[in-house]
Amino acid sequence: MSDRETRGKHIFRLSRRKALKGLAAGVGALAIPGKDASAAIWESFFQKNFRELRPAEIQDVVARLEKEYSTRYGKPVRVKTSPALEGVLYGYGLDLSRCIGCRRCVYGCVTENNQSRDPQIQWIRVLRLDKERGVDLEHAEQYYNPANVPEEGHFYMPVQCQQCENAPCTKVCPVQATWKENDGIVVVDYNWCIGCRYCMAACPYGARHFNWKKPGLPAGDMNPDTHYLGNRPRPVGVVEKCIFCMQRTRELDGKYPACVDVCPVGARKFGNLLDPESEIRYVIENKRVFILKEEINTQPKFYYFYSF
Amino acid sequence: MKNRRIYFLVAFALVAVVIFVAVAGHAARREFWLTPPKGESEDYMVPPPPFTEGIFPCSECHSGMTPNPKRRELKEEHTNILLKNHAEKERWCLDCHDEKNRDKLRLASGQLIDFTESYRLCGQCHGDKYRDWKVGIHGKRTGQWNGRKEYLLCAHCHNPHNPRFKEIQPMPPPARPGTIR
Repeated sequence: MSDRETRGKHIFRLSRRKALKGLAAGVGALAIPGKDASAAIWESFFQKNFRELRPAEIQDVVARLEKEYSTRYGKPVRVKTSPALEGVLYGYGLDLSRCIGCRRCVYGCVTENNQSRDPQIQWIRVLRLDKERGVDLEHAEQYYNPANVPEEGHFYMPVQCQQCENAPCTKVCPVQATWKENDGIVVVDYNWCIGCRYCMAACPYGARHFNWKKPGLPAGDMNPDTHYLGNRPRPVGVVEKCIFCMQRTRELDGKYPACVDVCPVGARKFGNLLDPESEIRYVIENKRVFILKEEINTQPKFYYFYSF
Repeated sequence: MKNRRIYFLVAFALVAVVIFVAVAGHAARREFWLTPPKGESEDYMVPPPPFTEGIFPCSECHSGMTPNPKRRELKEEHTNILLKNHAEKERWCLDCHDEKNRDKLRLASGQLIDFTESYRLCGQCHGDKYRDWKVGIHGKRTGQWNGRKEYLLCAHCHNPHNPRFKEIQPMPPPARPGTIR
């Protein structure tokens, strides 16, 4: 055998077919989680939209998440999936003649709902407005920082998710990862959200927030009472928003949302719009009430009012 | 004749029972998410009044003293209590505190009430606020949105002798987007 023939036998001939096969296998291998990845990653990878899950599947999902969070935060974490209560449509009232702009609600909300501390995410934004101009959002200031509040000549208007009946954010979601529940709360399935942020562009109230980085949530500050559609720890790259503290309110002995409980002046009111005796119904029937950006027909269930 | 009367009575009793059962049944059918009806006389759940430590009961000091009903500036005791922003020209201590029984408050009608019921005293003048407070609109209410609610007394937020709400320090403003990394 001549040298030339030997070389011809052992040479690695890269045919087109071989190259394509190799490429496909390589890309496939990249997509597979690494050796140490547990079955949980596969399960979350193939998890369906929350609304398509059967009860048994929901149980598996909850068990998986509870295990994951409990390990990560070093304490037993509960992930509830309580559905909307029958006969309940939540409504919120905010008394602009009482609010003093102290921002207690902002931080009460962050503590209750496991928002990222660093980078900072806050679901409530308190606007400072001029009494002379009235509710004129063009002249609103959210970075005010005086020694004491309230300040002369100003009033304050906290803005958070308005839980619109006709919610623009849910219509633009290309994967239907956000929707309005029967009790009126607009929710996000963080496992289904692809992070395109269309909903943030659609929301007229700036009420949706994006996790640009992995949320910085110290284990000691983590609230272990969570809801799947609500305040459970979020992954990076998903949108989150106010959910009326559904882990507290969606109970037969439902507590008030955290922002209502923490408000030092009692400017925040919460209740069932379908209950004629509820506080929120009293507000709507007896006080001067307005909703924010009424002209765009989003039909918020968040009512600003003046108690005098 | 007598029989007819008995029949009438029995029929009346039956109708009464039927109506009672229907009404009671209707009341029992109220769903859990509706606010339970509240009687006019029912007390409101409030925490104990915010007394300065060691000041109550007032009778501990006052029982041995002869009350002096003359309006004057207090020089020896209670010098820290100043009536301000609260019609101080028109009123003074014994308009609200009872002259003889210092552990009670006195309504304009002369009725004596406990400090735990002080909202009735405030409500004499501030009727609109009292009305809103009773339904949970004025003031802070905690507890359950569909069940037991806890009220606060007026005095928990407003110093009765100087009721204007005090200024407080705000929590820090949000981070500007440019500073978030």
